[in-house]
Amino acid sequence: MSEYTGVRGTVWFRAFTGHASPMIGDPNSVLTGDAPLGSDHARFLCVVPDPHARFPCARHGEVGQEEGYTLAARVREVIEHDKNTIKRPIIAIVDVKSQAYGRREETAAIFLAAAAAADAYGSARLAGHPVITLVVGHALSGAFLTHGYQANRILAFDDDGVMIHAMHKEAAARVTRRSVEELEKLAKEIVPMSYDIRDYAKLGLLYKLLHVENPEKPSPPEIRNVQDELIAAIADARTSPVDLRNRLESTAARELRKASILVRTKLEAQWLE
Amino acid sequence: MSNQAYSPNFIKRRSFIELNARERASVFFDAGTSRELLGPFDRVESPWLPMQGVTPQEDDGCVVIKGKIAGQAAVVVALEGAFQGGSIGEVSGQKMTAALDLACADNEKGILTSAVILLETGGVRLQEANLGLAAIAELMASILALRKHAPVICLTAGTVGCFGGMSLAAGLASYVVMTREARLGMNGPEVIEQENGVEEFDSSDRALIWAIHGGEQRYATGLADALVDDDTPQVAEVIRRFVSKGVPPEHRSSQVALYRNRIAKLDTSRQWDPKEFRALWTTNASNEENR
Amino acid sequence: MEQIEFNYPAKRKIAQRAHVGVVGSGDLEVLLEPAKGEVAHVFIRTSVDGFRDTWKAVLDRFFTKYDGVVRIQINDAGATPGSVHLRLEQAVEVSER
Repeated sequence: MSEYTGVRGTVWFRAFTGHASPMIGDPNSVLTGDAPLGSDHARFLCVVPDPHARFPCARHGEVGQEEGYTLAARVREVIEHDKNTIKRPIIAIVDVKSQAYGRREETAAIFLAAAAAADAYGSARLAGHPVITLVVGHALSGAFLTHGYQANRILAFDDDGVMIHAMHKEAAARVTRRSVEELEKLAKEIVPMSYDIRDYAKLGLLYKLLHVENPEKPSPPEIRNVQDELIAAIADARTSPVDLRNRLESTAARELRKASILVRTKLEAQWLE
Repeated sequence: MSNQAYSPNFIKRRSFIELNARERASVFFDAGTSRELLGPFDRVESPWLPMQGVTPQEDDGCVVIKGKIAGQAAVVVALEGAFQGGSIGEVSGQKMTAALDLACADNEKGILTSAVILLETGGVRLQEANLGLAAIAELMASILALRKHAPVICLTAGTVGCFGGMSLAAGLASYVVMTREARLGMNGPEVIEQENGVEEFDSSDRALIWAIHGGEQRYATGLADALVDDDTPQVAEVIRRFVSKGVPPEHRSSQVALYRNRIAKLDTSRQWDPKEFRALWTTNASNEENR
Repeated sequence: MEQIEFNYPAKRKIAQRAHVGVVGSGDLEVLLEPAKGEVAHVFIRTSVDGFRDTWKAVLDRFFTKYDGVVRIQINDAGATPGSVHLRLEQAVEVSER
């Protein structure tokens, strides 16, 4: 599946904005576009592979420094521009391989670039912008924390090409000293460990799971349908608090994140004693 | 012979690194002002670890203590590096987030309340994968909300250091404090070697590891705000100082133009010697603002 | 993971609870709390199966000297009998401060 990183991201970015380009002066790995979405004018952002990226370890759809700081700059632009006016929606289209793994990355503090992007998205949300994430492919670990996980609402396609997780199977198996088969078996019993997006949906973190017949070649009605879902998510975000409490309030969360809810309830009670 | 005639410094030094999470979390508070919340006897443990034959810990490796630091309300959240590598599970992650949210709510009621986060962690606990990752995202959101009102101070002392998704939490902090022994980075040497080979990062090269991730390098490159000795009174004093200092005029993670510019000016065609990098990082960058 | 329980006769009322240790590799966590009645209950959860006899030996020895009416919970990740004994003694010491 990894050789297809960026195909879906590019397809869906183009479907919503009519192009698949970075802004002038930006690296080719970050697509930024402003386009109508319902009655709004939304900013769309997508990280895609750039085989000629300046950082050699970030050429296959990894999210590194250039991606992090570019995302941060393009999101902050919207915050600044809309300071005294309607807060435009910001839509993160996610289809990323992983964070970038390299010596240059670590030396030049990739963790700060990632934090800068997350800061921008989170600050936009706190300022009242509806931040919506659409996971069309993979959303892994540090890359997802950087680009997408600070959203008010997260939507994802329901097919096998979509995966949200903390670590790729092979690496996770190695680190936990199990075989991939053992890991898959465990993942079936323990929902938070699952690689299946339909199991992820049971955790209550997703706003909606969407069905598209062929996510790499969507039909015009399908594109319009997904746009309608984004519009609904925007409206829902606008009428809700700007924090992430909705992730614990869903029916699914009340089922599978009981411990989280218990922690919050008990901690609050003890805090106020 | 008098004992006071010969007393080398290292005898007087009280190591902070040798303390466990609960002991570390306890050293910052004004006497008699602190109490632990959701401690081991509340028995809120991981629901997921026993399912896979892993013994849980009753505080899930996260200690929350509320009290006063330098006369000001504060909450300290400390990760136990010896339990599951300090990794973030559903419960330990939520304890951190909920503590910061409660601090934020107090700020909104007019009670200035800071947070100090002690990070000894490898990141997400793989046995809880998506709930660990989600918890980190939620913690990051809570840091962003709280740091508008009061400082969020991250302290990494070692030996585990701060890696994985939790390095982003450190990136969002108002202030970062490190010892020389501590390390801070998104990806550790082993995972880089696994992903991109030993040429990219020789994980057996300990000198290289500290030269890139270690406290001294992070401090020298402006990514940490203070470098402390492994000495408990000194660590406590530095934390108190940052609590009293208040929110910085601009957080590091918000200074996008500055850091974007620095990245743009780097010659990425080669690896950089870490000492050389200190100069590369700050010279040749025009319109540099002083922090 | 194995769950093991033992009961021992006990007499002395204990004033305060104690917590020591970390569930680290080769270490264990002990929670000791005052209980009612005339029994000391011990509940063990260990990730290393098959050592019930060893646990019994360590606890038998411990309870020849200790008569507190307590509930002791142990979360273990492969500690040696020596470490177990040490943590139990530490817990007693803390509870009697």
